[in-house]
Amino acid sequence: MSTGRTALAAVTASILLLAAGAPAGPRAAGGTVSVLAVWGGSELDSFRAMVKPFEQRTGITVQYEGTRDLGAVLTSRIQGGHPPDIAALPGPGQIAELARARALVPLAGVVDAKSMAQEYARTWIDLGSVGGTLYSVFIKTALKGLVWYDPAALRAAGYRVPATWDALLALTRRIAAGGTRPWCIGLESGAASGWPATDWIEVLLLRAAGPAVYERWYLHKIPWTDPAIRTAWERFGTIATNPAYVYGGTQAVLATNFAEAPFPMLAVPPRCYLHLQATFIEDFLRKQYPAARPGADLDFFPVPAIDPHFAGAVEVAGDLVGMFRDTPASRALMRYLVTAEAQAIWVRRGGALSPNRKVRLADYPDPLSRRAAGILVAAPVARFDASDMMPQAMQSAFYKAALEYVRNPGRVGDLLAGLEQTARDTYR
Amino acid sequence: MERIVPALLVVVGAPAAAAAYIAAAEAMLARAPSSRQRAIRPWLWAAPALAFIAVFLVYPALSTIALSFRDAAGHRWVGLANYVFAFRSPELLGALWNNVLWLAIFTAATVGLGLLIAILADRVRYGAACLAVVFLPMALSFTAAGVTWKFVYEFRPAGAPQIGLLNAAARAAIPGFLPRAWLIAPPLNTLLLIAVGVWIWTGFCAAVLFAALRSVPAELTDAARVDGAGEARLLGQVVLPTIAPTIAVVATTMAITSLKVFDVVYVTTNGNFGTDVVANRMYKEMFTFQHFGRAGALAVLLLLAAGPVMAATVRRLRAEEALR
Repeated sequence: MSTGRTALAAVTASILLLAAGAPAGPRAAGGTVSVLAVWGGSELDSFRAMVKPFEQRTGITVQYEGTRDLGAVLTSRIQGGHPPDIAALPGPGQIAELARARALVPLAGVVDAKSMAQEYARTWIDLGSVGGTLYSVFIKTALKGLVWYDPAALRAAGYRVPATWDALLALTRRIAAGGTRPWCIGLESGAASGWPATDWIEVLLLRAAGPAVYERWYLHKIPWTDPAIRTAWERFGTIATNPAYVYGGTQAVLATNFAEAPFPMLAVPPRCYLHLQATFIEDFLRKQYPAARPGADLDFFPVPAIDPHFAGAVEVAGDLVGMFRDTPASRALMRYLVTAEAQAIWVRRGGALSPNRKVRLADYPDPLSRRAAGILVAAPVARFDASDMMPQAMQSAFYKAALEYVRNPGRVGDLLAGLEQTARDTYR
Repeated sequence: MERIVPALLVVVGAPAAAAAYIAAAEAMLARAPSSRQRAIRPWLWAAPALAFIAVFLVYPALSTIALSFRDAAGHRWVGLANYVFAFRSPELLGALWNNVLWLAIFTAATVGLGLLIAILADRVRYGAACLAVVFLPMALSFTAAGVTWKFVYEFRPAGAPQIGLLNAAARAAIPGFLPRAWLIAPPLNTLLLIAVGVWIWTGFCAAVLFAALRSVPAELTDAARVDGAGEARLLGQVVLPTIAPTIAVVATTMAITSLKVFDVVYVTTNGNFGTDVVANRMYKEMFTFQHFGRAGALAVLLLLAAGPVMAATVRRLRAEEALR
């Protein structure tokens, strides 16, 4: 233990020294810290960039392991007694389970509670805590429920950004009547296929029924068969299950990968005009269309209010990381990941919003992400992605039912009754 | 370096330990009365293997069976609840039905095509080269095969360039063909996944059956020809009965492979759109839902399904032994 403390002290000291701009002191003992998460492609590049200064400073190597099936891999690693040092978590819904199983290390002595309280909004800290104990921290966040569009194309076709849900539906009808499919939707996402559909349903419920109902829903205090929930499904279905409203028809909705789904929107001529997705999609679009200028060729508006009462409520999501093995190296990395310095690196590379208040708006690389960050900071009411708040079995059933609904919208009653059955089975 | 040392230890150490064990056993045995030695020796020699089987096969199997009668966390007894769930949940019934499809179609297609290819290959000089080509997919991991075929079945809306081989080929061959999202429409999607399995395994069947065909004695076929048998009759009444035991073994292997099918389904559709199979459900119950009881019940169901197939093979092997 004492050697552990010494090493820890050395690591901390070297971080502090360097953070203060002191000349490079002797390197800490080094070592490795393993990280398990879902990032791949450009997200992984950004994560690597984010930890690079940490590696250079401390001599600690960050060993990254990626998976598309995080919940399953994490479970098997924990069960097998070989958890990674640090892992991203599937969602806040799973922290309680993992904390109860003593798989997660409490972060009380790891990150500084006082600076956390200064730098993070209460919501983010609460979402990462169980019973008042901090178990995990957000390293990046996203604003959900945004409708992306190409302002130049929309203007050229004579359409305008709608201010209400009804106006959005009217716009949808007008575009369809003009011979183009209004929406691009893609729900495929490997083992998590269906999640983009749940985003639609969530934001439509939040806009129509408000945060209180939304919260009762994911806590299963109202049944899935509740009219408010059914209405949200049907609003989503009005668009997604109408072959005249979606590019490629419903089979494209089901078979298209979420990351590629919006690409036809920026094609010439556009194959669709609207795409609902979180802030991170901007990064995907700009990698595909490097010439697209944010603001001129790409922009977003939040899904407009359905009940004007709940206009300001925003839906957010984010990547949480927790510590599964208490080593000096993993402590050092956790402490680094919560800093504004670390998070600003990912922010500057695009595709991420930071939950840390000290990351300045000026750090955002373009006007769109800056505006999204502004909305996030100013939102009077923020609610986390509901499916991520549910137990895993519930989340998985929700994803699956949403896919089935697009394939067979007539079965909505059956599907909701089935989800209610799963919920009774799952919330224990 | 870190890995070489333990690896060397295992390579050298394991045989050394085995030899030491046998030497020690023999030394002990020398002290026993000579009349008993013959009775005890086989058990002593077999003991390490039996211990391994007990620890790595028998114990996990029994513990899985016990688990299947317990609750999600594996603590409380719940009787038959997990089995009742398996036979009541429409999703699981769908998965069971898909396993039946896999069992019937996959087994018939791999053995049938394998046999056809073996017979044809046996009749040409470049037969071995043909077999090698058919066998190639076996060199791929099933996950890689699944990913590859996912691209083959890939869909783009009409008007966009088709990157999926199947849609592109169909469009080139059939004028006016509209691309289809193959993997979302049951029951065709399950058949297409079975086709992936057949693609992987047919080469294995063909190779084994080809070897069996080669071992049919020439005297036998020559005698049949002398007796005036045509090629069809020769095949149906002489060659196939001779290699029947091999066909049975290959069919058994394929049947069991079909029961435990998982990778291809997991990678391509993850069981969505009515393509789920029992092994994939088992994985989900275990690792996603963390319901150990249900996962155990599904494992037991798969074991039970494989049981009759295994029993039939064992009985047939015994019967053949008796004939010799």
